[in-house]
Amino acid sequence: MNSRSIILEKLRTGNPVADKPLPEWNLISSAKNLVSGFKKAIEANKGEVFELSEFENWLKSQEFEQVLSISKHFNYPNSIQIPTDAHELAELNLAIIDGQFGTAENGAIWLDDKNLNLRALPFITEHLVIILSKKQLVATMHDAYKRIQDSNSGFGLFLAGPSKTADIEQSLVIGAHGAKSLRVVWCED
Amino acid sequence: MSHSEKASLFIQDAEKTQWHDETLWFVRKKRDLITKTIPEWEELRETASQIKDHVLDHLADYLEEFERNANKNGIQVHWAQNAEEHNRLVLDIIQSKQCQSIVKSKSILTEECHLNPFLEKNGVEVVDTDLGERIVQFLNQPPSHIVLPAIHLKKREISELFHEKLQTEKGNEDPYYLTQAARIHLREKFLNAKVAITGVNFAVAETGEFVVCTNEGNADMGVHLADVHIACMGIEKIIPRRKDLGVFMRILARSATGQPITNYSSHFRSPASGKEIHLILLDNGRSAQLKREKFRNSLKCIRCGACMNTCPIYRKSGGYSYDSTVPGPIGSILSPGTDLKKHSTLPFASTLCGSCSDVCPVKINIHEQLYEWRQEITKANPDRPKNLSMKLASGIFKSPLAYRISGTLMRKVIQALPNSILYHPLNSWGKQRDLPQVPKESFRDWYKNNRL
Repeated sequence: MNSRSIILEKLRTGNPVADKPLPEWNLISSAKNLVSGFKKAIEANKGEVFELSEFENWLKSQEFEQVLSISKHFNYPNSIQIPTDAHELAELNLAIIDGQFGTAENGAIWLDDKNLNLRALPFITEHLVIILSKKQLVATMHDAYKRIQDSNSGFGLFLAGPSKTADIEQSLVIGAHGAKSLRVVWCED
Repeated sequence: MSHSEKASLFIQDAEKTQWHDETLWFVRKKRDLITKTIPEWEELRETASQIKDHVLDHLADYLEEFERNANKNGIQVHWAQNAEEHNRLVLDIIQSKQCQSIVKSKSILTEECHLNPFLEKNGVEVVDTDLGERIVQFLNQPPSHIVLPAIHLKKREISELFHEKLQTEKGNEDPYYLTQAARIHLREKFLNAKVAITGVNFAVAETGEFVVCTNEGNADMGVHLADVHIACMGIEKIIPRRKDLGVFMRILARSATGQPITNYSSHFRSPASGKEIHLILLDNGRSAQLKREKFRNSLKCIRCGACMNTCPIYRKSGGYSYDSTVPGPIGSILSPGTDLKKHSTLPFASTLCGSCSDVCPVKINIHEQLYEWRQEITKANPDRPKNLSMKLASGIFKSPLAYRISGTLMRKVIQALPNSILYHPLNSWGKQRDLPQVPKESFRDWYKNNRL
């Protein structure tokens, strides 16, 4: 017998049984104002939330060498081309991508292969901007998973803030291995 | 060495012990604060607990369902009965890619299997990429906490270490500066690794996907830049449906560090084009634990570490005092199942106060299982040093006459004996404890003189 059959056999014989059914639940969301809840959550996770005009002003004041925008809602004329190999993004300063929806209870934004193009993109970039519609917000993770129940992207990600660590004496440091900042920008639709 | 012997090494540095205690208590308080913002928190815990109970009854069925769906998605699923088989599988994949250096993100399971020394012995360089894990790897130490691997170290020590290993400025202890040095050092490793290893937080039978949670983004930096992703998971990490993730994702980070979610929660369903995902399902004693009726639900654990942060013993004795891959209260009920002799003192490293069970997000009755293990261990080793005194005490308490005589005797003797005898090392109850003042008379005598 191979290891697979041996393990399955062990799991099927001689076990005590708790005989508990798989629970169904109806956990009602408590969030009322989704926009302000989401903003508060992102800020607690050390990200920032901008209106579109604020973001445009901020962007003008910056001097990034490499910017990659694949947003359908925000046009950045000097975007570099998407490479075929993510290693070529090692020097990327700013990525601008679209988020599908946000979760008010914790700031988690769902992104999948069609938003990312290259899975490494939101991690390898130095700074990250996610364009999101205020209408695309859900209250809790229950609503979030309901929404993606039928999506079958090869990769999906709840992203809730910039890369962070507190491994040195529990002092919070933003910018461990991934993006050093997260800006969420509201778009119209 | 026993837990208490190892703990006595840790507490030699009183200042650090106090810092460790207070810091973990602070994390526990953060957990309390955030759970109070969720009115349905207790309902969530109960639901999570019921899902896990159900899974343990049907583990084989869910594993087969998961395997079927994962295969359909293009994930290659492997099975390992024990650590050796697991490590061999990992090495075979690495060697088939002619790869000499790999990056690894936090995985308690690969610690359990001692994967790093095995790969290094076979000529593969292993780079742990979680900052805390990289720090302890530089020191040739295991993590001392499952969520906060370097919580036993102060920034002064990390600064000295990074000065030696990463050529940072001598004496610069700024956590931001040190973290940036690690970022630059590890970026180069990420960009050059062909194979990346991660653990698994949850695997979903219904979809054949698995979820990996980090705050640093190190797991994703590794796997998306590598050609091959090897994910290693214990067979108990399976959950039935995608919607069940909604329950577990709400309780995991809140219980672990008091944050509402980790900043990155990645769902892997199929490899990117031209790449490979391998997933190893490991038993390594889990099927045996499942057969122990009193201890089986220790397998519900989702590795949040809340029981460690709250435990008065863990906070004051440090992770290394447990000498076990998973330390703290949950480790003390998991480890005796794998090696009863080695871990026989762990279930006694508890006050049985029950705080661990109170904070456990999947409602494992940890303190009751600690008590149960004590019964098993005492049955298996009847010659523990306290047994003689326990038998003696039992004889005295059974007979009123013997109780009266020994009471009178002790009231006189304890006053007369010098401290060198009273606090002799053989009296383990006298360690760090003072005997109370001896009363002049027994309650019985007092009652006779004053009330009758």
